[in-house]
Amino acid sequence: MSNEPPIPNADPRYFGLTADGWARVLAPLLVGLLALGAWEWAVRANDVPSYILPGPVEVWNTLLRDWHTLSVSLGITLQITFAALLVAAVLGLLLAVLFAQSRVVELSLFPYAVILQVTPIVAIAPLIIIWVNDVRIALLICAWIVAFFPILSNTTIGLNSADHNLLDLFRLYGATRWQVLTRLRLPTAMPFFLAGLKISGGLALIGAIVAEFVAGTGGSASGLAYRILEAGYQLQIPRMFAALLLVSATGIAIFLVMTLISHLALRSWHESAMTREKG
Amino acid sequence: MPDTTSLIRPLVTLRGVEKRYRNGTLAVRGVDLAIGQGEFVSLLGPSGCGKSTLLRIIAGLIDASAGTIEWPSAMHDARGRPERSIGFVFQEPTLMPWAGALANVMLPLRLAGVPKSEAADRAATALAAVGLAGFEKAYPRALSGGMKMRVSIARALVTKPRILLMDEPFAALDEITRFKLNNDLLELWERERFTTIFVTHSVFESVYLSQRIVVMAARPGRVVHDIPIEDPYPRGESFRTSAEYAAQCRVVSRALSEAMAA
Ligand SMILES: Nc1ncnc2c1ncn2[C@@H]1O[C@H](COP(=O)(O)OP(=O)(O)OP(=O)(O)O)[C@@H](O)[C@H]1O
Ligand SMILES: [Mg+2]
Repeated sequence: MSNEPPIPNADPRYFGLTADGWARVLAPLLVGLLALGAWEWAVRANDVPSYILPGPVEVWNTLLRDWHTLSVSLGITLQITFAALLVAAVLGLLLAVLFAQSRVVELSLFPYAVILQVTPIVAIAPLIIIWVNDVRIALLICAWIVAFFPILSNTTIGLNSADHNLLDLFRLYGATRWQVLTRLRLPTAMPFFLAGLKISGGLALIGAIVAEFVAGTGGSASGLAYRILEAGYQLQIPRMFAALLLVSATGIAIFLVMTLISHLALRSWHESAMTREKG
Repeated sequence: MPDTTSLIRPLVTLRGVEKRYRNGTLAVRGVDLAIGQGEFVSLLGPSGCGKSTLLRIIAGLIDASAGTIEWPSAMHDARGRPERSIGFVFQEPTLMPWAGALANVMLPLRLAGVPKSEAADRAATALAAVGLAGFEKAYPRALSGGMKMRVSIARALVTKPRILLMDEPFAALDEITRFKLNNDLLELWERERFTTIFVTHSVFESVYLSQRIVVMAARPGRVVHDIPIEDPYPRGESFRTSAEYAAQCRVVSRALSEAMAA
């Protein structure tokens, strides 16, 4: 990723990666394969029944066999997660802009944003599910509550971090509030916003999953959490693992996508996305 | 006290200017100063004597607590300030890191509503004038300290301001780069003759550059000497190594020591 320095003219590359780069990819991969191998071996050697602990091969086969059902659930979870993230990003950004424009608004609203953040989502999810008829909307709201705060607080800090001399310069040239916002504060806040988005991406998924657990089998949304619950009731442990695998993979994918977005948006100027020369 | 009446056409006139910051610090007091049109004036003084404060008051970035700042009425905007006719250069280049050199220089024009293509043309001319033709697209992080300072100067000059205010612009640069920028700044000034107020800690720099050196003392900040440097321009290496230059530096040094002892 971004902290992988491009090598000016030194280290040779093998298939696009340097020796160091390959080590970074291969070492964790090797550890993972060894662990999976040990797991499979332990399960077979001890004849562990699959309703207690299925081996990785069985989990994989179940994933392929049940792909149809699981992929539908994955789609639903993804929809809720990304809708929540989108709303969190838009509202977080708008509210942060509002805060930056008026200290009074910030002082009067920020505490409530904090309250929303510190209240455990499992504790409020039942209420939201009761109040909102549509389960999917309820789940979206829960995921949004979890994902919202990092974006809001990060962007608020970002908007207030504009360089003081640049602010003076804008004032010297008679810039309007709007010009200061669009040409100075928002670009300054961009890296902060993206950092918040990266955190919120994972949180939105967690929010969506947790809320669906709370909604339980009563829900008709049937995302991945519902599949995990269902498999648990039916003692279909391999399927439970397969769903779990999908949740983890989704989390990793969201993180990678956010990292990529942030890198692409900032690579031309921001320190965090800079490729450093090896010295 | 300097005789401010002898100037024929002052561009900006300060009378009895005083600044007390909100925390009670009396930064400057009783400053009477007239800067003539097209003049190159240095403000020289020990740290904390209120040079930056004075410059920011002249720029209209902060208000004086007492006294008046007068501009020719032709330059007034609604608030009696010289409308967009001030260029300001800070000690740091103060560029927008997310914008290329050209976009940075375009900023004052864009803020004033100049159409993009015209702004780009004028900014390119300004960049070329500071010797940065070909670096239009370069981001600040890809430029050296001296180059960033050139971009900053181009940005200050792109609006063709009547007055250029510079607050220790070259203090963070190495000596070779500073000499080069000194020469280039003088060249630009000789060509355009914009009024310049140049804040510096350096006796040598102020003597080399200016027609007049205003020496300030601290606690409270005030003007204690006003020394003309009448040597002709262009001033090059021969001036820097001349006996005349050395003599002027001695005079100004002595004035500065006095100011620091006062
Ligand atoms: N925003 C402020 N609030 C309170 N006091 C200030 C502020 N800015 C400057 N001062 C004080 O006013 C005095 C003059 O400060 P100023 O920055 O104008 O000095 P200066 O001559 O530019 O110093 P330097 O050469 O170190 O830049 C100092 O005592 C400083 O502490
Ligand atoms: Mg200063």
